[in-house]
Amino acid sequence: MSNFTEAVLAARRKGGRGGRPASPMQRREARWGYAFISPWIIGFILFWAVPIGASLVFSTLDFQLTDPGATTFAGGSNWERALSDPDTWTALAATFRFTVLFLPLSLVVALGLALLLNSKHLKFTGLFRLLFFMPSMIPLVAGILIWQQVLNPQTGWVNRLIGLSGVDATGSDGIRWFDNPVLVLFAFSFIGLWGIGNSMIVNLAGLQGIPTELYEAAAIDGAGWWRRLGSITLPLLSPVMFYNLVIGSVLVLQYFVVPWVLFGASGRPGGASKFLLVHFYQEAFVFGNMGYGAALAWLIFIVVAILTGLLFGTARYWVHYGTERS
Amino acid sequence: MTTDAKSRNTDAALRRKRRNLLLTGCTTLGALLLAAIFLMPLGYGAATALKDKDGVSDPNASLLPVSALTFAYEGEELDVYAVPMPDGEVRELALVEPGRESSVFVDPGDAAAGTIDWEGRWRTLEPVTGLAPQWGNFEEAWSTIDFLRLMGWTLMYALTTMLFTVVSSAVVAYGFARFRFPGRGILFGLLMATILLPPAVTLVPKYAVFLQMGWVGTYLPLIVPQLFANAFNVFLLRQYFMTIPRELEEAARIDGAGPIRTFLRVIIPQALPALTAVSLFHFFYAWNDFFEPLLYLAGNRDIVPIGVGLSYFSGVYNSEPHLILAASILALALPVVIFLAAQRVFVRGIVVTGVDK
Repeated sequence: MSNFTEAVLAARRKGGRGGRPASPMQRREARWGYAFISPWIIGFILFWAVPIGASLVFSTLDFQLTDPGATTFAGGSNWERALSDPDTWTALAATFRFTVLFLPLSLVVALGLALLLNSKHLKFTGLFRLLFFMPSMIPLVAGILIWQQVLNPQTGWVNRLIGLSGVDATGSDGIRWFDNPVLVLFAFSFIGLWGIGNSMIVNLAGLQGIPTELYEAAAIDGAGWWRRLGSITLPLLSPVMFYNLVIGSVLVLQYFVVPWVLFGASGRPGGASKFLLVHFYQEAFVFGNMGYGAALAWLIFIVVAILTGLLFGTARYWVHYGTERS
Repeated sequence: MTTDAKSRNTDAALRRKRRNLLLTGCTTLGALLLAAIFLMPLGYGAATALKDKDGVSDPNASLLPVSALTFAYEGEELDVYAVPMPDGEVRELALVEPGRESSVFVDPGDAAAGTIDWEGRWRTLEPVTGLAPQWGNFEEAWSTIDFLRLMGWTLMYALTTMLFTVVSSAVVAYGFARFRFPGRGILFGLLMATILLPPAVTLVPKYAVFLQMGWVGTYLPLIVPQLFANAFNVFLLRQYFMTIPRELEEAARIDGAGPIRTFLRVIIPQALPALTAVSLFHFFYAWNDFFEPLLYLAGNRDIVPIGVGLSYFSGVYNSEPHLILAASILALALPVVIFLAAQRVFVRGIVVTGVDK
């Protein structure tokens, strides 16, 4: 299984293991261990633990960056505002809609490409792996700007290609990718699929780790391609898929750069680009409402925690760790 | 009977071979088509970055950067047209002297042969176009976004933080890989959990403090935290350190080397491939970094790294897509070249992080 998820699960399982009396040599070793990891411990306290706690305190204050002296205690008013602000609900809805569309799409495409690259019928595997991975190396903003032009309703190649099939894509009633709240999700998805290389490679490595004897045995039993996919490939790949799912959902809940570069904080079209992080950035750092921003940040934290909690909680029902050694 | 069975066998083998060949052909062709679709925007970007402004905004323009051909003749730039000659042949001729019912042309391929008179209305003629890539777009984009300055700041940021994060992550990873101490499992789980924590929840207090310290508008809030290791890097390096045979360290210990010397003399030289992978990962991460530079460098547009710089540029030059695309291609050139040169180390690193067993 993925060592990353394993470590998280292991930490949860272990808890305290009771004190054995330690020899001087063990104590020495422990001291060196703490010394080596001390940079991370200091960094964790300074840049994670304290700020997370402070954010919670900030969320109860009325703190304006422009006038820190006038800070007052605001009680739960920032939280009330966060939950009654229509923009928050727009942002939650936009983030949720895109997550529901993009997360399954990206998982399926990454799996499909990995299966293709792993196929014994594919020639020039190295070249194709390179070609499918390469867009992931393109700096995100450059990729966004290229897609913005290629999806231009009149002059972009996508609409002109669609136009070849007889659909009037480029006309005034054509396909306006950035003006329609549903189509724009597909534009975001195309840009997102360009960054699929990592999960594709991780899937591919997972596929290559599946013992070929299993497929040979299944072939003797007369199992077809779909049957082998469902009964061998997917169960054995589920730890890898779980890793991709967890990382993917954490990233998509914090979606920011693409909507920001394309639409700023405007939320166009129809609120579809007002993601949670865009809303937070605008309130905290454009309007300077730090207290309100901290409440929104905690809201994001809670949403991420609930989702990852659900994922880890349901993992044992569908993630197979059986044949892996731990 | 035996010959019969044999021929049946060879028949079946032949069929299987043909079927495999067909499958291989279809799969490879399918992959090629898919790759073409996947990379199409890059082709579009390259072609459009080389167009002139009219070629970009004309919805019916050719896919490639073309423009009307001209021919320099006796000190004038003449337009070239496709002219149907009386003998039925169509020749590409430059228009010297337009007239209502008849005009004078010259053959650009054979100007010495003199002018050619042609009966007919020249306005009905089609202008001839040819491939005319506007390499000047790149020059213009280069100087307009001040590419060297952007590159300079991006490289400074990427390389400084690369050094900081690789060194600190290696130290921490060694601690987790080789020393037993109470709470190690929990601390490592906590480290891994920071991968899942949304950084947004730390930003408000951090920003307020950095602002008080006068760090906002400088690179300090971006660089200093990198001195304290990073979960992904620690994880990858720890995995690698654990594969290094302990005998090497024990030999060093017998020679009287303490943990620090052992780390520097034994572990670091052994772990160079992993250190390279982590360095590359961080380099690409920093090259791509957008949110934090946008936040902490706001108000100081002169020092932003390339991602933020490009987004500012596209906001101002949104009516000149060819320049935006030229700038984007300039920005992606270096990371893509580095990736192509180092892809094996790189792919190995992704595998270790994702599925290492």
